[in-house]
Amino acid sequence: MAEHPDIALLTPYARSLGIELSEWEDGVPVMQVEFVEAVEGRPEHFHGGATGGLLETAGYAALRAELAERERDAVLKPINITVQYLSAGKSQASFAKGRVTKLGRRSANLTVEAWQDDRTRPIATAVMNVFMGEPED
Amino acid sequence: MAGNRTLSALSTMSEQAAFDPKTATPFLTSRGHPGFLGMRYSDHGNDWVELELPWREDLIGDEGQHVLASGPILSLMDMASGLAIWKAMDKFQAIATLDLRVDYVRPAREGAAVFGRSQCYRITRSAAFVRGLAHDGDVDDPVAHIQAVFMKIGGGPKRELPGG
Repeated sequence: MAEHPDIALLTPYARSLGIELSEWEDGVPVMQVEFVEAVEGRPEHFHGGATGGLLETAGYAALRAELAERERDAVLKPINITVQYLSAGKSQASFAKGRVTKLGRRSANLTVEAWQDDRTRPIATAVMNVFMGEPED
Repeated sequence: MAGNRTLSALSTMSEQAAFDPKTATPFLTSRGHPGFLGMRYSDHGNDWVELELPWREDLIGDEGQHVLASGPILSLMDMASGLAIWKAMDKFQAIATLDLRVDYVRPAREGAAVFGRSQCYRITRSAAFVRGLAHDGDVDDPVAHIQAVFMKIGGGPKRELPGG
């Protein structure tokens, strides 16, 4: 196993929701959340907001990993997120992994995918833009 | 009149508003994800609903900075949008989020409750369209803007629907 950067992948909000690191895959963290009451919307299904929170967390985690690899430090601030809900999130664990589509100097563009038991059938995808400020900003 | 308040409330509901956001919100936010976030009713109009997300230390987006994470704002807007749609339809029907865009125009103030106000501006046979904003006290100085599309569930042939 390759060494992975010792970076904070979870915000207090993400920890509070029950999101955790599932595994590292090609240097990118895969995040997961079990189906618990905190993520439930209509009975036995994920709430759209919880799925959005998982996608966003996986997006930030992928960006933090990429920045750590390049030994860059930045304060991340959200610009926007667009979530596409593709199928209902059922009462089982959900996973999400992000990809840094473009890493600029001041902003990054990310694409994120969330899935459950069948990775070839994502339950939701997201596109995010994140502002990267100077650490003392 | 010394009438039974519960009965009179029920009869008022069935004769007039079939969906009242003020009475429905406590039920809808009593458990699950909305319950976890602790959302509360704030205000509503004919086609819009505003919910409040009280400040909570464990929902921040960054250690050291007392600023609400963006995730709870997304959830708040998703929930306010659902209520706005039910208010505009004047009935409760299962719906699922299809597409949701959030622009975070500025961070919420430290320690501030955030309010999510969403308006349903168009309903078709199968879809509902909403737009809205989140603010931390002044509706003219929003922290976020949103736009979303929801699908109605049920009525047609059973199939797998997007959502949450």
